[in-house]
Amino acid sequence: MAIKQLSIFIENKEGKLSDTIKIISDADINIRALSIGDSQDFGILRLIVSDTEKAISLLKEDYIVKETEVIAVKMDDKEGALYKILKVFEDAKINVEYTYAFTAPKLGAYVVFRVNDVKSAEELLTKDGFTFVNDGDLN
Amino acid sequence: MANYFQPEIETASREEIIRIQNEKIVKQVKHVYDNVKYYRDLMDEKGVKPEDIKSIDDIKKLPFLTKNDLREAYPYGLLGTDLKNCVRIQSTSGTTGKRVVAFYTQHDIDLWEECCARAIVAAGGTNEDVVQVCYGYGLFTGGPGLNGGSHKVGSLTLPMSSGNTDRQIQFMMDLGSTILCCTPSYAAFIGESLAEKGYKPEDNKLKAGIFGAEPWTEEMRRSIEKSLGIKAYDIYGLTETSGPGVSFECSEQKGMHINEDHFYAEIIDPDTGEVLPEGSKGELVFTSLDKEAFPLLRYRTRDICILTREKCSCGRTHVKMTKPMGRSDDMMIIRGVNVFPSQIETVLLNEGYTPNYQILVDRKNNTDTLDINVELTPEQFSDKVSDIQAMEKALEGAMRTMLGIGPKVHLVAPKSIVRSEGKAVRVIDNRKLHD
Repeated sequence: MAIKQLSIFIENKEGKLSDTIKIISDADINIRALSIGDSQDFGILRLIVSDTEKAISLLKEDYIVKETEVIAVKMDDKEGALYKILKVFEDAKINVEYTYAFTAPKLGAYVVFRVNDVKSAEELLTKDGFTFVNDGDLN
Repeated sequence: MANYFQPEIETASREEIIRIQNEKIVKQVKHVYDNVKYYRDLMDEKGVKPEDIKSIDDIKKLPFLTKNDLREAYPYGLLGTDLKNCVRIQSTSGTTGKRVVAFYTQHDIDLWEECCARAIVAAGGTNEDVVQVCYGYGLFTGGPGLNGGSHKVGSLTLPMSSGNTDRQIQFMMDLGSTILCCTPSYAAFIGESLAEKGYKPEDNKLKAGIFGAEPWTEEMRRSIEKSLGIKAYDIYGLTETSGPGVSFECSEQKGMHINEDHFYAEIIDPDTGEVLPEGSKGELVFTSLDKEAFPLLRYRTRDICILTREKCSCGRTHVKMTKPMGRSDDMMIIRGVNVFPSQIETVLLNEGYTPNYQILVDRKNNTDTLDINVELTPEQFSDKVSDIQAMEKALEGAMRTMLGIGPKVHLVAPKSIVRSEGKAVRVIDNRKLHD
């Protein structure tokens, strides 16, 4: 249920982001979701793509790239929807390390979470009736 | 008007200085040979006996000492007397975390302080002056050396040590300091701080400054002189030979007189070790002539400079050295602290990083900056920004412990540090240090 995200270390310098994205673009890999965590010196580019294996094999030539497990929770496009998910985590004392939200034509709105306890998060959310985006949905 | 602390020796004739050196070198070599096994072995290896040294010209026969010997012999291997005769230790940071430790008997302290006193008097100091010493006190020789020199002159000494600029300025204004002793970059910083507080150069009572422990340019001298309304004098020394005061500038402000009744200077070709004729540019080598606890014969300083014996208008007859024009090794002086790239490499390896790094040194607002770029490995990569920042902070802490100054560490992508001809450029120093 958890899906694979790519985390790529890039320097916070002009042209670095486009250099990275070009590699993915040239290989006809589709980017489903994207977020960047940054500091003054560097950025961590997080991508969910249509072909994770291929993207890693291309990127690891020149970059530090790491596969990270995240969960992508389908969400109603309504007021209070995000809070419902966060409340589950809060009650279970699950720590959210970072999160970002996306909408996609077929999938609707979804939120990506990197949490410290993927297994418990999935169990609790499933119990409360939430559904997830799976790797197969992204191809 | 010329001012001397010990006029008879500072203005002695060339013949008299040579006579003193001849007499002292024979004794000093015998003292070392009899008491320092490490150097005795070096002499034996070279087949030189103390009897072979009959005058200062024979010094060429002696083997060199390097910083590496000091590390090998750490801590007591070069000690020239019983510890019970020693009264002081001073120290400098060394390459592998091992420090250079220098020992002093009371005789050695007196000799050192007299050298500093000569520098203070040359800068116009008398027993009516208030000498503000803001070199660091402690193991660093700057504070204790100038403090002792000021006592010998009979000046009122303000042992401020470094830092706390507001307090430095308050004491300077309230107690009417007339001579300032610190690093040139700190003098420039004090000048700026005074201006920020609304003081004009004529508001302070300072007349002179004795600035050393790091390289500085003529341009920086003029700027400090203007901002503080003083005459700025250079002073040179190193812990290995005692500390500051090995040489100092006089009213001419053109080269530093070496106290050659205590320290004999040679210029050598750093590659061949050959002694070069007067006026040549090369590596400066010092021989102590009168030390008990830590006598060093032919110690290679790695500083590149020129010696001249041109007649000086101040009346001093001692040989002059130019400001160091560079180094024959890779040592950098950053905020007055000696830093070797190998120290940085040692920390990186200890902390589990690759030795792929680059050191960037610059001077911003008269303060040296030290940035270290370190390549991250895939194994170390966490996709949390805060994790990477915590790694940088931890590395900065380890560097500060090793170097004595705090750098800014930046973790960078692998292979991002430019390699020229396959070899990475380790140090980029953008400071203008030499004229």
